[in-house]
Amino acid sequence: MLKMQKKQLAKCLTGIQGLDEITGGGLPQGRPTLVCGSAGCGKTLLGVEFLVRGAVQYDEPGVLMTFEETAEEITQNVASLGWNLNQMIANGKLIIDHVYIDPHNIEESGQYDLEGLFIRLGSAIQEIGAKRVVLDTIEVLFAGFNNDSIVRAELRRLFGWLKAQGVTVIITGERGDNTLTRKGLEEYVSDCVIRLEQRTAEELTTRFLQIFKYRGSSHGTNEYPFLIEENGIAVAPITSLGLDHEVSDQQISTGISRLDTMLGGGGYYRGSSILVTGMAGTGKTTLAGYFAKATCDRGERCLYLATEESPQQILRNQRSIGLELSHYVENGLLRFEAVRPTVYGLEMRLVKINSWIKEFQPSVVVIDPMSNLATSASLSQTKYFLLRLIDLFKSQQITVFFTNLLQGGSPLEHTEVGVSSLMDTWIELRTIETNGERNRILYVLKSRGMKHSNQVREFLVTSQGVELVDVYLGQQGFLTGTARVVQQAQEEIVQLSRQQEFERKKRRFEHQQAITQAQIKALETQLAIDQDELDMFSEQEGLSQQVLFENRDKMADLRKADDKD
Amino acid sequence: MTINSLDELNLSEEETWELRLYVAGKSHKSLLAIANLERICKESLDGRYRIEVIDLIEHPQIARKDQIIAVPTLVKKLPLPLKQIIGDLSNEEKVLIGLELKKWG
Repeated sequence: MLKMQKKQLAKCLTGIQGLDEITGGGLPQGRPTLVCGSAGCGKTLLGVEFLVRGAVQYDEPGVLMTFEETAEEITQNVASLGWNLNQMIANGKLIIDHVYIDPHNIEESGQYDLEGLFIRLGSAIQEIGAKRVVLDTIEVLFAGFNNDSIVRAELRRLFGWLKAQGVTVIITGERGDNTLTRKGLEEYVSDCVIRLEQRTAEELTTRFLQIFKYRGSSHGTNEYPFLIEENGIAVAPITSLGLDHEVSDQQISTGISRLDTMLGGGGYYRGSSILVTGMAGTGKTTLAGYFAKATCDRGERCLYLATEESPQQILRNQRSIGLELSHYVENGLLRFEAVRPTVYGLEMRLVKINSWIKEFQPSVVVIDPMSNLATSASLSQTKYFLLRLIDLFKSQQITVFFTNLLQGGSPLEHTEVGVSSLMDTWIELRTIETNGERNRILYVLKSRGMKHSNQVREFLVTSQGVELVDVYLGQQGFLTGTARVVQQAQEEIVQLSRQQEFERKKRRFEHQQAITQAQIKALETQLAIDQDELDMFSEQEGLSQQVLFENRDKMADLRKADDKD
Repeated sequence: MTINSLDELNLSEEETWELRLYVAGKSHKSLLAIANLERICKESLDGRYRIEVIDLIEHPQIARKDQIIAVPTLVKKLPLPLKQIIGDLSNEEKVLIGLELKKWG
């Protein structure tokens, strides 16, 4: 039981996937809900699941009063969904009362009422303390008894009585032509009405559920597609196109470091939508494989939806370029689901994908290729479908990676359906043909929210893996492949000879320099020798002068100069 | 109208009507049905009958076991075939036909 904070109305959680979201908390508690639809659209199943979930998930025992099928039939029918009704009965969580009305053996004489119904229901409810009741389908009473007015009066009494019991009730009714139900049960059950329908379009059948009425509560009014899966009903509550998701600014690696650099230095934004387009054989699946690997390397889970190749084929192809992914599959980080385009309609696809992500909780989903998801739908249906799908992922911060096959010859920046506007990052892979060979190039067309490279890179896929190489700018534009290699070689040669030329000149200069140095040295030596000679000569001259003067003095002495005596 | 001779009906001496009347407490319809049934049987069966009255309020599980929805319900267990009549049995003709005490016509 869930009490909504804003509303007064108390609601009873059904436990049915998607239904509690659509109804904003479940069915009106303590009140009857009418589930109507044509035969085979799932009314009984919904009722039974309501009781099963109640017993198993919310510890609320329930009573099923069945007017058409027997208890054994119902038990058998739902056994394949993993529900063991006999076990629940044994545990006191469920009572199934099959009401059999034989229209032929009954005569009517005088007044009667349907008190037996009340007595049976009352004792069952009391026996296990039931909180949930399903009546399927009570319209049979009209067939069983001739007196319509008595039946109607008793039904009115019954619903009042049920309210007093405080149980949440589901009543099923067969769809009428102009009315909701053939016998007009909606007259008595006006709190909540759910319509189930099955429609076939282009050979694909889709089931829809609609909250036709829910008094006292806001609810989604659209038709929601639902699936009956291996463990019950799954409704796709796809409506929150409110565009108010939380946005992350964390960037996660693409798996190729050069590409990370091209994308603002870090890779894709977490929770964003990425589109890789290209013609056949350009390497889109390779990019997907690298991204899956990068995700698993971080210990996060990746769900890979393969819509064209089988998972084994994909694994093999990735292996051939050096990318080994099978161990991720083994340890549960990578999960493949093969989705065949013609099995489901778009809505079922949505519900199925929703179930998978609920169960597996991946942080990344790869859809390879996206083009196969919507083969027979119209353009607007496809776009709406993708919008809802992307919305589904973004609301859970799941990063989604789409590959898309371009038909040959279509103009480069035109992706059918204008789908590219739904994508945050768009990478284009192209092949160009020059000189009789095809080479692949990659460039980032757009990547919202980051500075990305506008350069074209050559995309090389070798058996050792993927490399993003700068393209060569030659005379005629950029070159790839062998032309690039040739050009590269040529330029290397030119470079080499320039280098050699430089070396040669350098040696010559050096040689010259050495010679000049030697000459200088010689002159210097000469200068030094001359200087020495000069010094010596000066010294000699000085000495002789000195001797001369000494001799003169001596002579004067000896001659006795006459100035003294 | 009364049936005077049972010979018309080719009865053997041993045949007894086994009748079961399901009621719900002491409601007006229930009491009326009991009264009507007793009267009819006394008038038409001359002692060759056994009436069993089952109060479903006291024995609710019998309602489920015997598949009773309408109340009151009268079940003719013997002689075969099994027949059911629902209502307070105020339409005597219907009751007699139902109990195969009177033929159509």
